Amino acid sequence: MAGSAHTGDMAQADVAATNGAGTTGTATKRSYGPLAAPTRWLDDRVGLARLARQNMRKVFPEHWSFMLGEIALYSFIVLLLSGVFLSFWFDPSMTEIEYAGSYAPLRGLEMSQAYATTLDLSFDVRGGLLMRQIHHWAANLFLAAMLVHMLRIFFTGAYRRPRETNWLVGLGMLQLGIIEGFAGYSLPDDLLSGTGLRIAEGLMRSIPVVGTYISFFVFGGEFPGNDLIPRLYIVHVLLIPGILLALITLHLLLLVYNKHTQWPGPGRTNNNVVGYPLLPVYMAKAGGFFFVVFGVTALMSALFQINPIWLWGPYNPSEVTAGSQPDWYMGWLEGALRIMPALEFSVFGQTFSLSIFIPGVALMGLLFTILAVYPFAEQWVTGDRREHHLLQRPRNAPTRTAFGAAGITAFGLLWMAGGNDIIAIFFGLDVYAITWVMRVLVFVGPVLAFIVTKRVCIGLQRQATETALHGYESGIIVRSPDGGYSERHVPVSPQKAWALTAHDRTEALPEPPTADEHGVRAPKARVDRVRARLSRFWVGDDHQKPTPAEVEEAQHHGHDEHEAVEEDEQFRGISELGVPRRH
Amino acid sequence: MSDDRSDDRQVEPVRPDARSVEPHADGDPYPNPGIEPHLPRPTDVDDKADRRVERQVSTLFAVSALLTLGFCVAYLAIDRYASWAGTNALNLVLGCTLGGALLLIGIGAIQWSKMLMDDHEVVELRHSSGSSHEDQVEALAAFEQGAAESGFGRRRMLRGSLLASLGVLGLPAVILLGDLGPLPGNRPRETVWAKGVRVVSDPDGEPLRLSDIQLGQLVNGQPGVLFETDEEGEPLYEGTERLNAKAKASVILVRIDPADLVNPDSEAKGVEGVLCFSKICTHLGCPISLYETQIRRVLCPCHQSTFDLSDGAKVVFGPAARSLPQLDLGIDDQGYLVALGDFDAIVGPSFPEMTQD
Repeated sequence: MAGSAHTGDMAQADVAATNGAGTTGTATKRSYGPLAAPTRWLDDRVGLARLARQNMRKVFPEHWSFMLGEIALYSFIVLLLSGVFLSFWFDPSMTEIEYAGSYAPLRGLEMSQAYATTLDLSFDVRGGLLMRQIHHWAANLFLAAMLVHMLRIFFTGAYRRPRETNWLVGLGMLQLGIIEGFAGYSLPDDLLSGTGLRIAEGLMRSIPVVGTYISFFVFGGEFPGNDLIPRLYIVHVLLIPGILLALITLHLLLLVYNKHTQWPGPGRTNNNVVGYPLLPVYMAKAGGFFFVVFGVTALMSALFQINPIWLWGPYNPSEVTAGSQPDWYMGWLEGALRIMPALEFSVFGQTFSLSIFIPGVALMGLLFTILAVYPFAEQWVTGDRREHHLLQRPRNAPTRTAFGAAGITAFGLLWMAGGNDIIAIFFGLDVYAITWVMRVLVFVGPVLAFIVTKRVCIGLQRQATETALHGYESGIIVRSPDGGYSERHVPVSPQKAWALTAHDRTEALPEPPTADEHGVRAPKARVDRVRARLSRFWVGDDHQKPTPAEVEEAQHHGHDEHEAVEEDEQFRGISELGVPRRH
Repeated sequence: MSDDRSDDRQVEPVRPDARSVEPHADGDPYPNPGIEPHLPRPTDVDDKADRRVERQVSTLFAVSALLTLGFCVAYLAIDRYASWAGTNALNLVLGCTLGGALLLIGIGAIQWSKMLMDDHEVVELRHSSGSSHEDQVEALAAFEQGAAESGFGRRRMLRGSLLASLGVLGLPAVILLGDLGPLPGNRPRETVWAKGVRVVSDPDGEPLRLSDIQLGQLVNGQPGVLFETDEEGEPLYEGTERLNAKAKASVILVRIDPADLVNPDSEAKGVEGVLCFSKICTHLGCPISLYETQIRRVLCPCHQSTFDLSDGAKVVFGPAARSLPQLDLGIDDQGYLVALGDFDAIVGPSFPEMTQD
């Protein structure tokens, strides 16, 4: 601390020393005082101290849910490290060769160079299988962490002003991550991934008007052709990772600039950040967490097999394995393709394969469009354009939470539908019946989830108010002199009461006047009316936290009517074990 | 200490203008009680506990180093093809030592930070994310000065011609990609099937006779040309060219009791109840492979489109919109099954120009 407090003087001294003739040892030593020689050398050239002063003790708040993004970041680093190793041996070529390697069951088979070198990596390169499995596990983890991190941001309202930009950056990374993952697991050119590419080619063809051309340009001709694996390779190892790295940098710079959000609590306000400094606490904790993520990934790769491509065999367009499944993050699209009924027609010589285009192409676009627009739509509906640095508990934004739950339900149902054949075999059910049930559920489920979630949120809000006003139930039943029974409530601590009520009240936008006092119709009146109605739908059912007057009343209420509830000299609440504390 | 720090970094607090107000300014039912007092940890008050944690963490780091050395030894000592309990021994040991070594460093560092490093909470003030009014004014002034000095706004011809020249630069960027692939042309409509091409079994390439296909059986077939060689003994199709051909030309052969056939057109294309259909699903191109003998239906394992082979491979369930194309079968003079032409419809996934000629 002492060092950084003097940075300003130091900069002055720096200028003085440079301008003066004195570059002699003693003069420099005195003016640079605290910095050791190598650091001083660097500081002379890049202004290290100024940078360090601003950031070394930067405060980050602490909560488990803030680690989710970290997992994504660290698994990305693991992906870079393991991916570089793989690239030393992997040959992204579709040239067909006869396999003569060490895996006996496939010897003599025609396969692409890509598949053969993946076999070599798995069997002949020491540590190659480990790195392949680390790479694949880390990829699954990367996408899972990004998705869950996004849900955390969504459900706590962390995307609100001023973080909408970072929300969009994050969405961009999620999309790139999905493409990157798909490109990656297609590279080995095994039977499973080749089937995935076959489906991808069909999806491209379904794009109206230009579909055939897109497919021919991407594949360099007809499927499967000679060009796809080399092209996917360069996209996978250079193009997308490069963009991802740039976006990660931007994501983190914005995080540092806007400072991390925090949960409301005692002493935590919209104007401060309460937590621990980067150096030393988060350097150790986050740095340590990188090793934990890497270590767990390595252990999983040692113990749990993933994508044993030698069992699938080389790609052959006339073969497929039953029960083919994509990696988990593609499962929902697969499910949508499976439950979509046939829908195809031709107009003016153009064929529209909607049963492919809607679930396979448009759905992904729809999801990401909704996600991208959401923060701005919410701002418009609620009229809340303030800066928010305090997170919301999901219950305190019931409509948003309900939308999120509906989204998760839809995603989950589609994902399940992607395994309808597995479900059919595992439970001995009819695959067509499952498909029909899913066709209905995928529309009904989200609506039910919305309604249930919203009611649960409002119930939880009521409970919070109840707890804040009347305390928690002690489990002690008291009989009054006139024979009535009541349960003793114990007041919560001031910290707890604050935390329970430290959120904004919500208010629906007022119904706009249709005309001013002169009878002139207000412009945009219809839009404003729609907006007011939406706003009522959005926050109209919210339960509001108690007002100071209600708190006052609740305290009197306790004194006047239920003497038993009154806190007496001897009763001081109950311990964590539920035992009443008495003096 | 924490106070110094927050003073040190006190930047401009969030501006209390209409767009960014303190949300809890009024109407709060309870007063903000302020940050909770710091509770000491056992390691803060008990020297013994402190030293114990220090020993713990050092042990974790030391064991990690041992595991790393173990990793190196295993790399050199274990045979790369050795197998323990059905799993690759080297992979198991390398993964466990590396994973353990990394995990222990991580756990040690986190334990150090949680138990031994100072855990007083620090408060830092936020500043509004937007710039201050002065910054905005000065930035705008700087921009306007720069813009004026460049003459970009004033010299319209200069500006227009620059923008136009930059704009057309987009064209080469697009046109250069022209050779990414050939134009589709007629390719998606054609397969290697033609009059007289033998139907051979997949994957061994043996020509098929009627008698090779039993009632209730499904035989995978390929066009014979994929297995033929030219005069010099070179295969007609090899490498990816062969895969491209297979991706469209793979077929399935079934024999159905003529009494069960309900589609006369389809029956006419077969020989004595032996019918030949494209194996490539009309939905997204997966090879159809699951045959339900009793009801004569094939199911695509990818998206469960189901085709009734006794009714011209009509779609009876699932997302596929078109029947499987059928191959007109005949018998050549040697008694082998041959095609009498290409498929009667387009093979594989639909595409926009499908119905054009």
